[in-house]
Amino acid sequence: MAVRIAATGLRAWLVQRASAIYMLLFIVFLLAHFTVDPPHSYPAWHAWMTSYGVRIITTVFFAALLAHAWVGLRDVVMDYVHATALRVCVLALLGFSLAATGVWMMRILWMARG
Amino acid sequence: MHRTKAVARTRVRDVAATGSPRPVFLDLVQIQMPVGALTSITHRVTGFFLALGVPFGIYLLDLSLEGPQSYARVTRLFDNVAFRVTAVLFVWVLAHHLLAGIRHLLSDIDIGSRLPIARRSAWIVNFGGAAIALFAAAAWL
Repeated sequence: MAVRIAATGLRAWLVQRASAIYMLLFIVFLLAHFTVDPPHSYPAWHAWMTSYGVRIITTVFFAALLAHAWVGLRDVVMDYVHATALRVCVLALLGFSLAATGVWMMRILWMARG
Repeated sequence: MHRTKAVARTRVRDVAATGSPRPVFLDLVQIQMPVGALTSITHRVTGFFLALGVPFGIYLLDLSLEGPQSYARVTRLFDNVAFRVTAVLFVWVLAHHLLAGIRHLLSDIDIGSRLPIARRSAWIVNFGGAAIALFAAAAWL
């Protein structure tokens, strides 16, 4: 019996592409920004990171990153872990880790003193 | 000669193991992967390591935002040679994964799907990732 999770087939394909394109644009933006205007001090870095624009695009970046990691690692698990019980455990652990990572990141991003 | 023997041995074993008459040859030392296969498996391996690296990245971001002292600690990490070597490896892994991903996206819209072009783009990805890592090494090491 195969274990089926919500993001399969076409949807997983689409999630992987859309998240990849967003992350690519985000990385290009970061590289460009840090080349043109690198932060020289803690206040400058902190002010930039906690501005609303950067908080929002970083939030979307991490949502894309976690979705991308889920689809990619889920494929890896399904390719190499065949026993159903073990596969369910590994996927549950993976899902929990990614969700926890997301919560951690959002706490840092939105609860940092502005 | 040695190779033929190994193939024969593998065949016998796998036919016995699977009960199927189809030969299975999975001697990873002797298999010669086409360049596209190399790009593909490294895309997977680099993706795995990038995912492993995410918590470390978030930890550094957290540290850098906590206050002036921990921010200074993060910037001082670059004084450490081991950290700089890790950073170069990270650049290589990320560059390879990005380039292989772009190759995938282009192939989705039917650019470079035909074998000769696909082989050439696979070479470009493999060497492009290494070239970017060499730039990072030249800058940081």
